[in-house]
Amino acid sequence: MGKPTGFLEFPRQRNPLRDKHERVLDYYEIYTPPNKKHLMLQGSRCMDCGVPFCGSEHGCPIGNLIPEWNDLIHEGRWQDALDLLSETNNFPEFTGRVCPAPCEGSCVLGINEPAVTIKDIENSIIDIGFEKGWVQSKQPSFRTGRSIAIIGSGPAGLTAADQLNQAGHQVTVFEREDRVGGLLMYGIPNMKLSKSLINRRIELLEDSGITFKTNTDVGVDVDCQEITKKFDAILLATGSTVPHDLSIPGRELDGIYFAMEFLTQHTKSLLNNALSDNTYINTNNKNVIVIGGGDTGTDCIATAIRQGCKSIVNIELLPKPPQQRDENNPWPLWPNILRTDYGHEEAIAIFEDDPRVYETSSNYFIDNGNGEVLGLESQSVTWNKKNGQWSMKQIKGTETRWAADIVLLAMGFLGPEKDLPEKFGVDLNEQANIAASYGTFATNKAGIFSAGDCRRGQSLVVWAMNEGRGAALAVDAFLQGKK
Amino acid sequence: MHFMPKKQIGLYDTAFEKESCGVGFIAHIKGQASRKIISDAAIILENMDHRGARGAEHNTGDGAGILTGLPDAFLRRIAQKEFNQELPVSGKYAVGIVFLPVDNIAKRHCMNKVEQICNTEKQKIIGWRDLPTQPLEANLGPTAIESMPHMMQLFIASKEDIDQEEFERRLYLIRKQSSNNLQNDPILKQAESFYICTLSSKVIVYKGMLTNEQLFNFFSDLKEEDYISHMAMIHSRFSTNTFPSWDRAMPNRFMSHNGEINTIKGNINWMHAREGSLQSDLFGSSISKLLPVIETNCSDSGNFDNVLEFLSLTGRPIQEAVLMMIPEAWQKKKTLSEARKSFYEYQSTIMEPWDGPASVVFTNGDAIGAVLDRNGLRPSRYYITTDQRVIMASEVGVLPLGNKQIAKKGRLEPGKIFLIDFKQGKLLSDNEVKKPLINAHPYRHWLDENRVKLKDISTDRSPRRYSQELLISKLCSFGYTSETLEFMLKPMVHDLRDPLGSMGNDSPLAVLSDKPRMLSDYFKQMFAQVSNPSIDSIREKIIMSLECYIGPEQNLLSVTEKHAKRLFIENPIITYQDIDAIKNIDHYGFQTEVIDITFDVSSSSKENLEQTLDRACQEAERAIENGSSFIVLSDRASNQNQAAVSSLLACGAVHHHLVNIAKRTQVGIIIETGEAREVHHHCLLLGYGADAIYPYLAYEAILTAKDEGHLHHSHFHPGPENRIPLTDDHSVIRAYRQASVKGILKVMGKMGISTLHSYKGAQIFEALGLSNEVVNKCFKGTTNRISGVGFETLQTEIIRRHRLGWPLQTQEKNKRLPNIGDFHWRRAGEKHVWNPETIWSLQKAARTNDLSAYQQFAQHANAQAEESCTLRGLLKFKQIKEKKQLKINEIESANEIVKRFSTGAMSFGSISSEAHETLAIAMNRIGAKSNSGEGGESRERFQPMPNGDLKSSAIKQIASGRFGVTATYVANAKQLQIKIAQGAKPGEGGELPGKKVDAKIASTRNSTPGVGLISPPPHHDVYSIEDLSQLIFDLKNANPDAEISVKLVSEAGVGTIAAGVVKAHADHIVISGDVGGTGASPLTSIKHAGLPWELGVAEVQQTLILNNLRDRVKIQTDGGIKTGRDVIIAGLLGADEIAFSTAPLITLGCIMMRKCHMNTCPVGIATQDPLLREKFTGQPEHVINYLFMIAEEARLIMARLGIKTFDELIGRVDFLEENNAIDHWKAKKLDLSSLLVPPQQLRENVAIRSTTQQQHGIDKVLDRKLIKLFHKALHNKEQVSVDLPIVNTDRTTGAMLSHEVVKKWGEDGLPDNTININFQGSAGQSFASFLVPGINMKLIGDCNDYIGKGLSGGRVIVVPPEDRLFKAENNILIGNVAMYGATSGWGFYRGKAAERFCVRNSGAYAVVEGVGDHGCEYMTGGRVVVLGKTGVNFAAGMSGGIAYVLDQEQDFSPNCNTGMVEIEPLEDEESIAELLRLLEMHQRYTNSEVARDLLDGWPEVLTQFVKVMPLDYKRVLQERKDHNEEIESIFETNDRILQ
Repeated sequence: MGKPTGFLEFPRQRNPLRDKHERVLDYYEIYTPPNKKHLMLQGSRCMDCGVPFCGSEHGCPIGNLIPEWNDLIHEGRWQDALDLLSETNNFPEFTGRVCPAPCEGSCVLGINEPAVTIKDIENSIIDIGFEKGWVQSKQPSFRTGRSIAIIGSGPAGLTAADQLNQAGHQVTVFEREDRVGGLLMYGIPNMKLSKSLINRRIELLEDSGITFKTNTDVGVDVDCQEITKKFDAILLATGSTVPHDLSIPGRELDGIYFAMEFLTQHTKSLLNNALSDNTYINTNNKNVIVIGGGDTGTDCIATAIRQGCKSIVNIELLPKPPQQRDENNPWPLWPNILRTDYGHEEAIAIFEDDPRVYETSSNYFIDNGNGEVLGLESQSVTWNKKNGQWSMKQIKGTETRWAADIVLLAMGFLGPEKDLPEKFGVDLNEQANIAASYGTFATNKAGIFSAGDCRRGQSLVVWAMNEGRGAALAVDAFLQGKK
Repeated sequence: MHFMPKKQIGLYDTAFEKESCGVGFIAHIKGQASRKIISDAAIILENMDHRGARGAEHNTGDGAGILTGLPDAFLRRIAQKEFNQELPVSGKYAVGIVFLPVDNIAKRHCMNKVEQICNTEKQKIIGWRDLPTQPLEANLGPTAIESMPHMMQLFIASKEDIDQEEFERRLYLIRKQSSNNLQNDPILKQAESFYICTLSSKVIVYKGMLTNEQLFNFFSDLKEEDYISHMAMIHSRFSTNTFPSWDRAMPNRFMSHNGEINTIKGNINWMHAREGSLQSDLFGSSISKLLPVIETNCSDSGNFDNVLEFLSLTGRPIQEAVLMMIPEAWQKKKTLSEARKSFYEYQSTIMEPWDGPASVVFTNGDAIGAVLDRNGLRPSRYYITTDQRVIMASEVGVLPLGNKQIAKKGRLEPGKIFLIDFKQGKLLSDNEVKKPLINAHPYRHWLDENRVKLKDISTDRSPRRYSQELLISKLCSFGYTSETLEFMLKPMVHDLRDPLGSMGNDSPLAVLSDKPRMLSDYFKQMFAQVSNPSIDSIREKIIMSLECYIGPEQNLLSVTEKHAKRLFIENPIITYQDIDAIKNIDHYGFQTEVIDITFDVSSSSKENLEQTLDRACQEAERAIENGSSFIVLSDRASNQNQAAVSSLLACGAVHHHLVNIAKRTQVGIIIETGEAREVHHHCLLLGYGADAIYPYLAYEAILTAKDEGHLHHSHFHPGPENRIPLTDDHSVIRAYRQASVKGILKVMGKMGISTLHSYKGAQIFEALGLSNEVVNKCFKGTTNRISGVGFETLQTEIIRRHRLGWPLQTQEKNKRLPNIGDFHWRRAGEKHVWNPETIWSLQKAARTNDLSAYQQFAQHANAQAEESCTLRGLLKFKQIKEKKQLKINEIESANEIVKRFSTGAMSFGSISSEAHETLAIAMNRIGAKSNSGEGGESRERFQPMPNGDLKSSAIKQIASGRFGVTATYVANAKQLQIKIAQGAKPGEGGELPGKKVDAKIASTRNSTPGVGLISPPPHHDVYSIEDLSQLIFDLKNANPDAEISVKLVSEAGVGTIAAGVVKAHADHIVISGDVGGTGASPLTSIKHAGLPWELGVAEVQQTLILNNLRDRVKIQTDGGIKTGRDVIIAGLLGADEIAFSTAPLITLGCIMMRKCHMNTCPVGIATQDPLLREKFTGQPEHVINYLFMIAEEARLIMARLGIKTFDELIGRVDFLEENNAIDHWKAKKLDLSSLLVPPQQLRENVAIRSTTQQQHGIDKVLDRKLIKLFHKALHNKEQVSVDLPIVNTDRTTGAMLSHEVVKKWGEDGLPDNTININFQGSAGQSFASFLVPGINMKLIGDCNDYIGKGLSGGRVIVVPPEDRLFKAENNILIGNVAMYGATSGWGFYRGKAAERFCVRNSGAYAVVEGVGDHGCEYMTGGRVVVLGKTGVNFAAGMSGGIAYVLDQEQDFSPNCNTGMVEIEPLEDEESIAELLRLLEMHQRYTNSEVARDLLDGWPEVLTQFVKVMPLDYKRVLQERKDHNEEIESIFETNDRILQ
């Protein structure tokens, strides 16, 4: 509860990010180290609600005990807070950095005041925990003798691995990439989530008894039958990796990439040899267009800026969100409001102009004559609601041309790749995701479970973790029943 | 045969029956018998008629009776005539009336039995006389006639060789054996109709189910001229039911009683327990023939009489027996002599008090006396006449006497006794009665030599502490959660009190919860309402005591030094050092045995829960046989393999086992447990017989919290007086114990119990959802109306909880305490009806008026109800055939249905003005009613707004604080609601801290900004049912157009209370459920007091139908009602109307922060902080949308049930059935059938809903005459003066007249001195109530209780007659609770006032020449001048105003409660001027000699005065610095009055 009157006394204040001009010069994290005193005051803004909506379905998907640790922080009990946080959250250092924080959207204080800085507090708890050496690997006290294969080492897979290992099962995680972490590793740039943090966590998990097999594409490098035979249970956590494409004329031109290609190559090169190998898409001194206004788009902008792009435009089909919640978007729903993320901030700082253009559709890519992209013609659109359905209309005469040497498509994902489910004989549902219901996480194949974006469709890291935990329970129950 | 209910039907149980009464006597001090005594008694009885009651029939009374000396001459004449025999000399024969069966054979059977026993006891039957009765001439009602027993008078002659006292003992043996025999005789169908009124050579009782005026006409004996007596005790009964009962009429054999015994269950059990060690020199082996001492089927008073009879016939003087049973508050009174304290202390080693409000009149024929309970809760006034008679009654003026006939007027003071000893021919004062008793033995010496004080023998060892890991296991296994620590234990040590919470309880009943709940959660605390006042354990702590003697008791019937050899403990929550001493107590001549109460939970276990309990009982029994003085029931051995059987189960089982075998008083029971930690747990253990509790795990938990640095001082109670530095173990434990003790006292106070000694074993709880098997074994006698889980389920719960601490698989072991979300919602925790889904869908529905959103909400809420949270969830509607169903357009409109809705009482003060006014506007717009709550309402709100909206609440509440209850407030109401209790904290008062009292709140509450306000737990004008009847009468007079409503809270027996309330003429009753939200309330109360409304409504409905009283009252219910489904179920169970509180607040933005008590509501509802109030966004439309959507949902259900109008569905429980589909491991064992008893099974051909109006009897009140007399004054403001006589049956004089003034002229009333009335005589209760400016009422004579109640600007003067024989200032002039809740005006009294003068005065000025106990309690404004002595506890809880007390003998200080005030010399100019003017006025108005002497001695006399100044008030006045101006303006007004 912190201080009962804390919310009346202290305004919301985020933990500051590093200076915009300075941070774009490197690929280190954008955060400043936690300031305990500041966070104690921010923690005291928590009202210890009788009905804390941050813990509801609208709030934190993994049920973090937010009011509890807010209070502990206010009292300066960081280690207790860490213990409590770790009970519900396997990897707070990930969510603390990348989660959009639905908890803050549903924070009761948010009804009429800026919400508690829950995410900052979460992040600091774990950072301080690591700093003080409180985070140690834990060996389960006994082994059940059961083995589980987890395919995919993204947040869902890692969470399930951690949970199942703690329950005493022998867990092997398969990853087709050269590094563990899935989306966390290559989908999110280093300045947002430092890869050293992932490595640090993976080491802890390995120490506690989890086996990681990288560069192992199940179904390609290892036979699915073999896996099925060898393990008592299998969890598919391969993520939603098929990107949404933009089928407009000129799509085939060079210089047009999916965001994930761009981000992955960049990070890989950064980690391998500090970008010296030049095996990544380089936007240095180029005009860049990013299509898609989500988090991935922001990550692309921030990376391009660091690479030294000449200009950057971010095109979004949807209207500019309002500054405040509108009537149809009341608390405690996720606030659909204008947010200026770190990448946008940086773009504004460097180019002195907001890169975002809204209500804009893409007509076609312009060819420079060499099969390379030269630009993009776009057109403004308006959105109308008819019979409860939104429909979009292009506005004539609003055609605009944008120069572009590189176009990055960051428009989301369609679902998991189909090969692996097919090989395991696992059904997909109508949305082209793996068919398994939430709660049981069981596929049509006995002993094969599925969790995370490959089951749910693209979503938040924290939902992947929620599913990872849920699936671990389901797998554990399955194994106990198998006795 | 006339209708007579079974002992138990549906939810009704005759055990709940309450009664209250008018009581009195008249006696000649010298013992001279005369006819006049009898004829005067008849007059007294008639003049107390309004204190009795009638049932559905106007001519069937609840009971009336008379006890007189044996009228020798008359009986002699009769015996001659009937038996043709000369009676033996007086004293050698006995006569008594016997109630017999009407059936001849049965009657003869009884008579034979009596004769046979008489022979065995060697006394001689003279004969049986058919008692002449005249039912028709006396105009008895049909119920009384049909249930009338056959009455005979039995004449017995004494065997020659015994003296009269021995004869009395033989008669006692005869009566006792006859009754015991015949009341259990299977041959008799009407077994209960055998009853012996009295059987004595000294006194005789005539009584029956009669009204007062019928008594003398019915028993023609009483009219015979030779029927004479030296004394007559009379009694008029007000019972809460209407069932025929002739034997329950009073007087009993030795006493009459006005009041109630709260601890009766404990007293009965203890008495039974003592029977095992009784030895009597007088009775020898015959003593066993007298057992059981307490007879079944008696009223509480009858039980009391049984024991009084037993104690006095076994050798104690009757007055000593009375004092043992009703001791004065001796423990804390500074003014009591050491000898007197020793006497009482010694008596307390023998027997516990019979606790409760009581005015008891007792006699054995040789003496008659009266005693008042320790807190003076019943009125007892007496006159001594010049011709040596004493007239004592609940009221003065009951017997008209000339001024020259009265030698002295007095009243019985709290805890005091007086006695007329006919043999000595003397009236003995309290001192004279007690002195010989006190000096009879060297009590002090006996005590000093024998008793062992625990304090003195405590060791200095410290316990070995648990390791962190073991501690967590232990805590988890005993059900501790992180909330236990955060919400309970830490606040207890920080704030030294039972912690506060708000917004009620919306989690499941224990029996419906999925979680393994503590056994204590199955129990609900009982509380006093209406028939009995609760006590303010803080402000009236002078009467409270936790001190107890524990350990083996001696023979009840002897008085020896050895009786004092017991262990004395001051605090039942003991420390390690204490229990260590008890365990090693051998060398003090005691012996202690520890009994393990854990059981093996492994699969190979040989002992289950129930067997463990049996083992503990056997071991306890054996321990006693082996000479143990104490047994310790200990669960300390719990570990991985051993689980603790709940210590509460063990305590109850062992206690009851030992009571059963009559050995309980031979041992003390100490509980060493990890289970008990909260106040509720401690209270339960004590209530079920524990003598002391060592809560070791609670200590461990808080000490560990301290060690880890988690204890600090609270943010909210930084009061320096409360600070204990929490730095060492000792101070932490001390803080915890202090908080526990405070909480225990509060729970005791809730039920009106003042000593732990009486509370112990009194079982003041209701169980909900335990099986009868469990109750009978461990909690025998506890009400348990919905039976449920048995030992098996309890064992499952215990083991599940045990496994939380010691899981089967060690990796699941908790590392910290879990949070199950019992108080605050948590996703994986305990269910709450208000959760994110329900809150947000309701807000969406209300704001958008979107029916689909409402349906989503209703679905959630109804599903929550069904899943687990409420009893109604276990019910479902019966499926009706399709062709009987109706179309929705055939159903009564939503417009009509919403008129049955109101909002619950929420005061302006607890919620912001924005929220309060929005609710009022919304409800007024749709013809529904909002409820002002108890904080008053500003008069601007009484005028409509320009847009036609009205902010005035239709329901104006009258609560114990009477804040802002002025004549104008009362006049501007459609309904006046007397709040007896509220769901969230029944039986408790409230406190509004000074910082919350801003200018606006202060002005609506008639108080000073910045000065804290206290609402007392009880209404100080409602200590019993007949008092409530008086308050209803007062309010009806003060606004004849308003309905009078009484708000009660659901608990076992509420039906019976409600029946009494209907008989007291309420038009409307609210039955509140236990879940109610509130601004602030102890968590103990939120969670553990009160019961669901479903039970309350059903019980009230059933009881009113049984009594044929349902037709004349409307029933409203509230408490967590949310949906149309809820509304229909409430209607089917019997409610005419429905109230909502929390849900409307949620529509206005409340998000169940549960921070109301902290003033930090972030949405501007439950706060007075201007910044937060700005955040309020609620609109009247939100509330209206919601209520209409509820009505629409209700209409859909009505259509499905085929019911057109709401009226038609009320009480139709046949449309409901138990939902058998529910499959819950606990709930499926519940039996709800008692809830669903159809009306026709209860009683046929009676109304089952409100169909008619109450008859209030205000058509012929004196005010009607006054209104006519003062027509010109009222309409033209002409000055008029009138002289009038007045008698005690003229009640509430002046209120209706004042109402007329306010109606016509508004709050300011009439110009000064417009209406002047000079009364002569004895005024009835509530004289000059709500008197408004412009009316002066002067009374020459004396006056009963409640003079100047709610005084609203008028002036009242009382003076004794000029031709009196006594000195004015020495005599009692006005009764109890004068000027209660006065808000402005003037009172001048030339004489003394009784108890509780100017309680809750907030602005009136008064001068009086002496006051009783508790003067100026809770006063918040105005001035009081006391020109004489005060009783104790003066100025308790006084936060404002000033009192000037004449302290000539400098003995005032110990009588003043300086908790909130300080006593100052009178030095400042303003005060001196103020006092002088008041004295001048007093002298001028009353011709007071005291005032004249003081004025003559002015200013030297100033040193004799002290000023009682509230600290808070002083601070505020100094801040404002306008004290002077305030006084000037007040006196300006008054100077005009003087001219």
